[in-house]
This record gives sequence, C-alpha cells and structure tokens, in this order.
Amino acid sequence: MGTISRKLGLQLTGLVCAVSAALVTAAAVAATSGAPVRVGGTLALTGPLAPTGLIHKIVGEIYVEQANKRDGFLGRPVEWVLLDDQSKADLARSLYEKLVTVDRVDLLLGPYATGGILSAMAVAERHGKLLIHNTLGIPKLAKYERQIPVYSIGAVPEQTLPATLFDALAANGKTPKTVAFVTSKFPSVHFMSVGARETAKKRGINEALWLEFEFGTRDFGPIAARIREANADFLWVGSIGLEGNQLLEALKKLDYAPKNPFFLYPSPGPLAQSPDAANALSMTLFEDHAPFTNTPQATEFARLYRERAGKAGITYLDADMQAAVAYAAWQTLEAAVTATRSLDDAKLAQWLRANRVDTLIGKLRFDGAGNYGDDLQKIKQVQAGRWITVWPREFAPPGARMNLQ
Amino acid sequence: MPSSTLLAQSVLSGVFSGALYALMGLGISLAWGLLRIINLAHFAFVFLAGYLVYQCISVSGWSPTLVVVLALPLFFLLGVALQWLFARFSVDEFASLLVTFGLTIVIESLIQWIWTADVRRMETPLSTWSVKLGPLYVPVVEAILLLVTLAVVVAAWAWLRHTYVGKALRASAQNPVIAAAFGVSHRRLAFVLSGVAAATGALAGVFVAVGSPISPSQMFGSLGVVLAAVILGGLGNPLGLLAASILIGIAEALTMALTAPSWAPLVSFSLLIFILVLRPDRV
Repeated sequence: MGTISRKLGLQLTGLVCAVSAALVTAAAVAATSGAPVRVGGTLALTGPLAPTGLIHKIVGEIYVEQANKRDGFLGRPVEWVLLDDQSKADLARSLYEKLVTVDRVDLLLGPYATGGILSAMAVAERHGKLLIHNTLGIPKLAKYERQIPVYSIGAVPEQTLPATLFDALAANGKTPKTVAFVTSKFPSVHFMSVGARETAKKRGINEALWLEFEFGTRDFGPIAARIREANADFLWVGSIGLEGNQLLEALKKLDYAPKNPFFLYPSPGPLAQSPDAANALSMTLFEDHAPFTNTPQATEFARLYRERAGKAGITYLDADMQAAVAYAAWQTLEAAVTATRSLDDAKLAQWLRANRVDTLIGKLRFDGAGNYGDDLQKIKQVQAGRWITVWPREFAPPGARMNLQ
Repeated sequence: MPSSTLLAQSVLSGVFSGALYALMGLGISLAWGLLRIINLAHFAFVFLAGYLVYQCISVSGWSPTLVVVLALPLFFLLGVALQWLFARFSVDEFASLLVTFGLTIVIESLIQWIWTADVRRMETPLSTWSVKLGPLYVPVVEAILLLVTLAVVVAAWAWLRHTYVGKALRASAQNPVIAAAFGVSHRRLAFVLSGVAAATGALAGVFVAVGSPISPSQMFGSLGVVLAAVILGGLGNPLGLLAASILIGIAEALTMALTAPSWAPLVSFSLLIFILVLRPDRV
C-alpha cells in the first residue's frame, strides 16, 4: 500500500512539475510576443581585436537569452542583429549605416574599442540615434550628446587612473623612487601613459626611462634590454593585447623580473596564465570574485560566462572586466527602455543622462563631461594565475592583499 | 649613452629576429624568383603550421620531434597541391598575388573557425630559457632558430647551386623555352620547389608557435618586413635573403636600443626604398 502511495505520489509530483514547466514556458512565450525589438551593433569578430570581440559576443548572447526569458524589452522579444566589423573602424562606419538605414534596427549598441566606437558615433549622430558603448578609451573624443559611455573610467582617466595606482602603492608603503615608462603609441594607450608620466613627475618620482614603441612591434628584445638597464622601482607598461606578454617573455630571456610591473590593457587570460606574470598589476572594473559577485545576478552571470566561454574555446574562463562592461551596456539599455516604456532615442538618452543605472560594474551616471560619470577604476593583480582586485581594499576578496616588492 | 652590453644584447636580438624573417621569407623568395609566383599564402601556411604544432604538442601531447617529422611532408604536399592549382588555372605573377591573398584570408578564417580568435600559447620550458655567455643572455629557442635557419638557407643555396634539379630550376627561371629544349620539365620542378617552399614555411611555423603567443590575425604582422627582406636579398637567392634579413633585424634592434623603438619599423622600409632606388632591377 505504502509503495503504491509512494508511486502515485511520485507520478502526481511529476505531473505537477510537467504542467508547471509547460505553464512557465507558455507564460514566457506569452510575455515576449509581438514584433521583436531589434538591437543592432557590430563587434570585432575577426582581425586583431577578435579575442576581445569574442568575449563581448558571448556576453551579448547570454544577455539576450536572459532578457527573452524575462519579459524581453517592453514585452517584446529582443533580437540582436550582430555584424562583424573585422576590427576595422572604417568598416564599422559602413555597417552602422546599414544597421540604421537597411536593417532598420530599433536600438544601437556600440562596437568594441575606441576606433570603431568613434565611427559608429558619427553614424548615430547623423541619424539622431542613441549609442550606448562600453570601451571608448579616450573620453574627450566623445562629443555627441546621445552617446552613453558605460566604460566608467571618468572624464579624465589619464589623471585619475595613475593617481589611483600611485595611491595604492603609497598605501602599501611602496612609493617608487624611480619609474620606467614603456608605452605603445596606440592612441588610447599613449595618452594614458603621458598622463601617468605627468602624475609621477608631480609626485616627485624620478623617471628612469621613457620609451615609445609602435603597435604591432614583434621584437621586444632591445626594449627589454633597456628596461633591464634602467632597473627602476616600478614599471609602467602602456600595452594593449599581447604586447605585455611579449615584453615579459623578452625580459625573462634576459633573466630579469621587473619590480612591480603595471600593464594598462593586457589580454587578461594570457597574462594571468603566464608563469612570468606573477604579481603583475593592471586596471579593472570587475573581476570574478567577491564582492563583485555578491549579487545573485552577478553570480549567475559569472557562472553562465564560465560555461559559455569554455564551450567557445576560450582558455581563461573568469568573467573579467571586458565581459562585465559588455553586460553593463545591455543592462543600461534595458534600464532605459523599461523606465521610459519607449524605444525613442531622444527619450532614452534624456533619461539616461538624468538617472543612475545599477550594473555589474557599479551604479553608473552619465551626467558629467562627455556624459562620463565617476571613475570606477580599480587595481588588480595576478595572483595564482587569476586576476584579483587589490585596490581599493573594499573591492578585494576576503584575505587578499597587494603583493609588492 | 647606452652600455656596450645593451648594444651587444640588442645586436644579438636583431640577429635572431633576422633569422626568423629569413626562415619565413625563404619559401616566398624561392617561389617568386624561380616560379614567378608571389605566394602571400605562405604566411598563412606558417601560421597554420604553428597552430597544428600547438594542437599536437600542447593539446594532444604528441612528441615535438614526431610533429615536425609529420608536418614537413604534410606541408610539402600542400605546396604541391597549390602549385597544381596555379598550373591548372595558368595563374601568372600578378594574378598569384591576388589569388594567394584570397587564400590567406580563407586560411585565416579556417584557423579562427577551428581554434577561435582567442590567443593560444604553447607553454614549454624552452620558450623563455636562456644561457648566459659573459654579460650576454642567449635565448635557447632563438639560438636553435638561428642554427636551423643557417642550415636550411645554406642547404637551399647548395641545392640550387650544385644539384641538377637546382640548376634546372634556375635555367628554367631564366629562359623556360631554352631549358625545355634541353629536356627540363618546368612543370615537375615547380611541384618540387613549391613543396619545398611550403615545408620551410612549416618549419618557420614551429618557431612562431614556440616563440610567442599566436592569434589568427597575426599572420599579417610580419608581411611587410619579410617581403622587404625578400626583395632586398634578391629573388630566389637564399644567401642574399639571409644577409638582408639579418641586416634588417640588426638595424631595427639598434634603432630600438639607441633611439625611440617606435622608429624601428621605418628602418626596413627605408632600406627597401633606398635599395630599390639604387638597384631597381632587384624585382
């Protein structure tokens, strides 16, 4: 009797679960009905920026999937019209023109990296469209009033980031006496290095070396030899992508480990996983650890990202700053659409410039110079093959501390 | 004033860079000089080999020796197949530039499809291992690269200079009609040369994969400087290519050591323009 009751109970439970699942699915389908809201954008899916473009693509797919499981945008499903700009700013311009005039998308999201964003911004301005973007590295170039920068580095990052960095060193009792600057001439990197140089000068830190190299430099041997000879207390590397790895390897071949190296915009995975990069510093807005992942949404995002990045063949699976800013751009777009109950670009831009938006990387505002808000940049460090935020201290995971020589 | 150690270390670095330019450029130089084919797909072959080496050694755990032994005949066959296509469709010198550029894009897409755009790094203890000789550090991988390049370049030169096949190739390149009258089959020799050229590309790919992290779009990174070395060295001239490559490598390295490193890329192209003004017959 007991067995029959248990079997019946199990069958009933199964039936209830099945019906509930069907109802939830039906409700979800019903919740997102009507013509889709089409969000258009490009990403660098091929070309030199593709490693980062791939991260943004994975995140966008996660967000659209999550949005459609909720209520879509205004009860309508979200469709992401994504094109490959091949890491070319000129192509991005043509593709945004196509998205607006041919594909007739409802909303725009920016591409990856400064050059492409500036191209897309020109098109958005011509058509009066809102452009939410997440990786514009030179804020002073953002002139259009309906552009919304989610990359919250403040209006003058060339001053604020070096200040944060040197404050962090000072707070740990390691203010350098000498600093070596080595920087790529890549525009969004170079101006930051110039700012860091001026900050160091103001703080009375002696400049042991200032070297500029072209983007695309292959042989870092002679540069490494000059860094070794300068032997400064602190090394600022104005690098983007793999340049940081290439320089570290060249230094290693000279049996030289720089004291306290800082890399501006490294490829996060390759640098964290490099055996030569222990304790290397960089900037961040989000890393895959507490307190950033303290909210259920952030935890779920980090979990999903890890899963999808693994499937996509990415070797570094932690959701880092690039993944988080990509997500924050979608969060900002949804927040504006939900608050205004509209897809009107003027209304959305106006709302965003007057309100704060809660995102994975913090509470963002867009009412300062160039629509930039606060500088939320933090300092992270490679520790045991992972990026760990170490400054300000309240953003470090429990027990973590900054390791300096 | 930079120290003598810094200068000597920079010269050494330049020699190693030049060795890689020479190994990457050898296949292009031979095909351009002796077959009148400008094979830009050679850069794609180099990176395809690099990715295959990464896959076999780092992911699948194969023996490096086995991988090299398999890669060379595989790429030889790839080179033969490419030459068959050129012969089948009568691709001339200018058309080969366009066709092989297209092929490069196809191979780049193929690599990205298989290995994604994410950066790949073949971790071996050799990658950053150096030996100290007096005040200088000699990176082991680069030293092996230099020895291999010297061996391959000298072998290529000796092959062209002293063997029947080499002499026939040179004769056919100079005057195909007369060479054919003496029984030289340009078609067969072209298959052999194209195969050898692709195999040298595979060899370069091994060093590219071991020496630095790789991503698909990097295949265009060395295109300009390698072509400059090929032209400076004289088409189809392995020893000239080696000399030009090392000259460019040292000039770039000394520029980086003595002035701003950002001036280094100007060196190879300034040298190229200078030589072409003085010796326009080199192409």
